[in-house]
Amino acid sequence: MTRAANDVVITGIGLASSAGVGHAAHRALLTGGFERPNVDVERFAPYYVHPMPEIDWSQQIPRRGDQRQMENWQRLGVFAAGLALDDAGFKEDAEGCATMDMIVAAAGGERDQAVDSMIVEEAATRNDPETLLNEKLTTELRPTLFLAQLSNLLAGNISIVHKVTGSSRTFMGEEAAGISAVETAFARIRAGQSSHALVGGAMNAERSDMLLLVAAVNGLATGDWQPLWSRDAAKGGGVALGSGAAFLVLESRANAEKRGADIYATLEGVAGDRGSRDGAGLEKRVRRLADETGAAGKSDTLVMSGASGLHDITAAERDILGRIFPSSPVRGYAGATGHFIEAAFPLGIALAALALRERVAVTAFDAASEAAMNGPSASAVVTTFGHVRGEGIAVLSAEG
Amino acid sequence: MNSSRYKDHLGRPLVAVTGLGVVSSLGQGLKDNWRALTGGVSGIHAITRFPTEGLPTRISGTVDFLDLPAPNAVERSYAMARSATEEALSQAGLSGDFNGPLFLAAPPIEPEWIQRFEIAKRAPAATKPGDVYVRFLAAMREKPDPVFRESVLFGAISERLADRFGTRGLPVTLSTACASGATAIQLGVEAIRQGRTERALTVATDGSLNAEALIRFSLLSALSTQNDPPEKASKPFTKNRDGFVIAEGAATLILESLEAAEARGAKVIGIMKGCGEKADHFHRTRSSPDGAPAIATVREALADAGLDEDGIDYINAHGTSTPENDKMEYLTMSTVFGDKLKSIPVSSNKSMIGHTLTAAGAIEAVFSLMTIATGTLPPTINYEIPDPAIDLDVVPNVKRDKPVASVISNSFGFGGQNACLVMTAEPA
Repeated sequence: MTRAANDVVITGIGLASSAGVGHAAHRALLTGGFERPNVDVERFAPYYVHPMPEIDWSQQIPRRGDQRQMENWQRLGVFAAGLALDDAGFKEDAEGCATMDMIVAAAGGERDQAVDSMIVEEAATRNDPETLLNEKLTTELRPTLFLAQLSNLLAGNISIVHKVTGSSRTFMGEEAAGISAVETAFARIRAGQSSHALVGGAMNAERSDMLLLVAAVNGLATGDWQPLWSRDAAKGGGVALGSGAAFLVLESRANAEKRGADIYATLEGVAGDRGSRDGAGLEKRVRRLADETGAAGKSDTLVMSGASGLHDITAAERDILGRIFPSSPVRGYAGATGHFIEAAFPLGIALAALALRERVAVTAFDAASEAAMNGPSASAVVTTFGHVRGEGIAVLSAEG
Repeated sequence: MNSSRYKDHLGRPLVAVTGLGVVSSLGQGLKDNWRALTGGVSGIHAITRFPTEGLPTRISGTVDFLDLPAPNAVERSYAMARSATEEALSQAGLSGDFNGPLFLAAPPIEPEWIQRFEIAKRAPAATKPGDVYVRFLAAMREKPDPVFRESVLFGAISERLADRFGTRGLPVTLSTACASGATAIQLGVEAIRQGRTERALTVATDGSLNAEALIRFSLLSALSTQNDPPEKASKPFTKNRDGFVIAEGAATLILESLEAAEARGAKVIGIMKGCGEKADHFHRTRSSPDGAPAIATVREALADAGLDEDGIDYINAHGTSTPENDKMEYLTMSTVFGDKLKSIPVSSNKSMIGHTLTAAGAIEAVFSLMTIATGTLPPTINYEIPDPAIDLDVVPNVKRDKPVASVISNSFGFGGQNACLVMTAEPA
């Protein structure tokens, strides 16, 4: 492809997942002859989760006071954001961080499960539960817990710890938040409204209150781990959540070249949409997104699917991808890392960019239904079909 | 007339506002709100939604006059957003599918306590301390609850708005805390300037007040405790201000490229001329003492609008009535505008509607545009004991008739959020 100054290129990747922390762990995940991921089948049984890896927080969050002010979803995000900044060469670039735009895809924070349990249990014995609620919330809630719950406080903590202050926006709304975050940063850089941006999200799956959101419709897989495309409909709803975070530094080619930064890949197109999934609506919409992003023109490309595992939509996605990209291998990365919800799309882009940069064939995460790759691909298509709503596609090409 | 009429100083498309809609504690719709706001009427009242006995703060600007299918934050936020959007589209003369993107500022959603109490009734008994969500998971295995699930998904409000109004693409649901409304507008402006669309639907809504939200802000000492009388509690820029009054509301602005708006013969209410933003890395809830990020935000907005400090006729302040905000905002304005500030009226809508949090930036943008359109400055009410350290013309207590052609509206929030909008009259 011809290169342009306003091409959107990826110059930094920060990853933490059950597979480990950073590039080496994720390169190993992509190339290592995958058999079984790191899952915890006991703590939340009958559900299983992909737990966060062992992390020395102080490597990216040096002040203990900052670590204490956050809950794990924020720590994961601030940590991975720091890795991405380091990777892109921005960590010591105060001016670069002060002018860097930021879009974070976030859910809400963590509940104090001890306080919530106490209130629910005592309320059951009282005929004035609302009065009890006021008493308990006033006396038991940690004042600073609010700051670990507010969605925009992941971005706020990234500003505090890493001094990224050009702008700070938080997008919400499950998988679509991550799609819109990348789409918005991409469109701004393309149009010259932004020169460089930090984009990503974080997920702490190891919380019963978070599991509840998917479990409320029996969406979670139960029993022991099964490969993503092969999950048994008799064993729950198919979703296994994963703890982790994925952040990207996106930049105009001109800005990256001016800094002498290494480029992982070019982001050629990003688009998202939503609407009815009944009948032919879903496939029609995804085909339009594939046309708009240039994905439809790619053959023999690497398709990184962010499928959640939820049975019906995951099966539908597999069929649609098979029809649009008949000659391309598909990798369902949630089978390896667990589903990151808001961060699912940034995670897929990060893994795809890593594979393109390292020029590696990506191992199958579900050997029964993912074709082997004979060699590295020159391009990648990343898809995310939200477990409830919203679809997005990104197209990446390797640097020549 | 030539095409340069449709471009700004940087050659970008000018962005017109062609429709406005609003809901606040003052009422439903622009007419009722503007009449009350310019009449110096407060919408702040004693809370009746939940018991407040024993709580330090017992007042708010809740919106209690809409019919809801269920009393939760998603339903309330959606109902207000729908009402404001219907009004704005009607004013803009648009019907049928909107066919542009939706940018929605919405509150972070959590289950209501009443929902937790209901699930608990069918959940197995506790087996160990702190296991309430384990019990809830068991209850859901027994009987899934899709209605509960949809009521706690952050994407649920934009999904319904997108279906109802026929917006295009993936809607953005965003939070930049108390700057969210301004950020939604900024995203709409950016999309039009990118040439991605000729119009954008920008909506901000917040119907999330419940006991826990009130108590959380109380625990951070952010709220006024001067409960009696409620309408006197919010008193921005006074010496005895003691916190903000939490409130609800929604606003919608229809943004269009000026060229597209005129081509279809739409009436232009004003121009969204510039936007600024800058994050603060000082503290999770407090602003940098030197005000540098807020100052940079206002300066960036002026530069984006192609104006300097002589070009602003009126300031719609964030003016929350907290000791810290009003002091910091004064520092910001006095630094940016210098001596000129003495001749710029500055009023705070929050003296009457309270702090509508997620919705504030958009509601106050609506009122800023109404100020330009009508030549009436809404007052800052409850301005009885001026803070001598804040030397401002706050349009004290009574509205003022004064034609203004340019307004800035400030928004600042927890998490280091700062945003500023510049609005002007339609170019001659």
